[in-house]
Amino acid sequence: MTVTITWYLLLAAALFSIGVGGVLIRRNALVMFMSIELMLNSVNLTFVALSKELGLIEGQVAALFVMVVAAAEVTVGLAIIIAIFRRRVSANVDELAEMKG
Amino acid sequence: MAETIVFIIFAAVALVGAIAIVAAKNPVYSAIGLLSTMFSIAVMYVLLDAHFVAIVQVIVYAGAVMTLFLFVIMLIGVDKPDAYGPAVPAQRIMTAVVSVGLFASIALAGRAAWVTGSDAFGTPNLNGTIENVSDELFGTWTVVFLATVMLLTIAAVGTIALAYFGHEVEDEEAVL
Repeated sequence: MTVTITWYLLLAAALFSIGVGGVLIRRNALVMFMSIELMLNSVNLTFVALSKELGLIEGQVAALFVMVVAAAEVTVGLAIIIAIFRRRVSANVDELAEMKG
Repeated sequence: MAETIVFIIFAAVALVGAIAIVAAKNPVYSAIGLLSTMFSIAVMYVLLDAHFVAIVQVIVYAGAVMTLFLFVIMLIGVDKPDAYGPAVPAQRIMTAVVSVGLFASIALAGRAAWVTGSDAFGTPNLNGTIENVSDELFGTWTVVFLATVMLLTIAAVGTIALAYFGHEVEDEEAVL
C-alpha cells in the first residue's frame, strides 16, 4: 500500500472543508482567522502534491507566494482585530453588525 | 511502507488538529490545534520532496504566524467564549451539511477532472531544494516576487497605520 497523490488531495479537501465549517460556525474573530489559515494551508498542500505529481516546480513556487500573501493577511487582519477590540472590548463578529447599507 | 505509516500518522494529527481549531471552546486550544496541523503539513511537504517549502512552513507558519496569533490571544484575553450562541437557527447542523457536502463535491469534481502526469506517482528528478525553487522563483517569476515585496511593505505600513489611528481615536474619546 503506497501513498498516492489521491491521499494527499483528499486530506487537503478534508482540511479545507473543516476550515469552511470553522468560518461558518465560530463567532470569535480569532478562531475564524485560524480557520482561514487552515484553508490556505490545505490549498498549499494541494499545490505541492500536484507539483510532485506533474513534475513541475511551479507548484512549490505558488505555495511560497500563498505563504507570503497569508503572512501579509495575518498581520493586517490581527491589527484590525486589535483595533476593533480596543473600541468594543469584544472579538465577537456578531457585535459588529451595526453597519447598515 | 515507512512513507505510508508516516503519512497516516501525520494525516491523523492534521485532521485532529483541524477539528480542534473548530471545536475548542478556548482560543488557545484552537491555536495549538492549528500548530499541530501546520507541523503535520510540513511533514507532508517533506514526504513530497518539497524540502524548502517545508522549512518555510515551519519558520513562517509554525514560527511567526503562530507567535502572532498567541500574542494576540494573550493581548485580548482567553476567557472570552462564544457567549452568544448560534446566530442562525440550526447553524451547527447546517455547517456540518455544508462542510461534508463541500468535501464530497471536491472529491467528485477532482475525480471527474482528473489529469494524470507521469505514470508513477512523482517524478524522480523533481527535488524542491533551495536551488531548484530559487531558479524558478528568480528566473521566471521575478516580477511576481517583486509584487509580493510591495505587498509585504504595504501590509506593514497598513498595520502601523491601523495601530496609530486607533490610538488617536481613543484619545479623542477620552477628551470628549
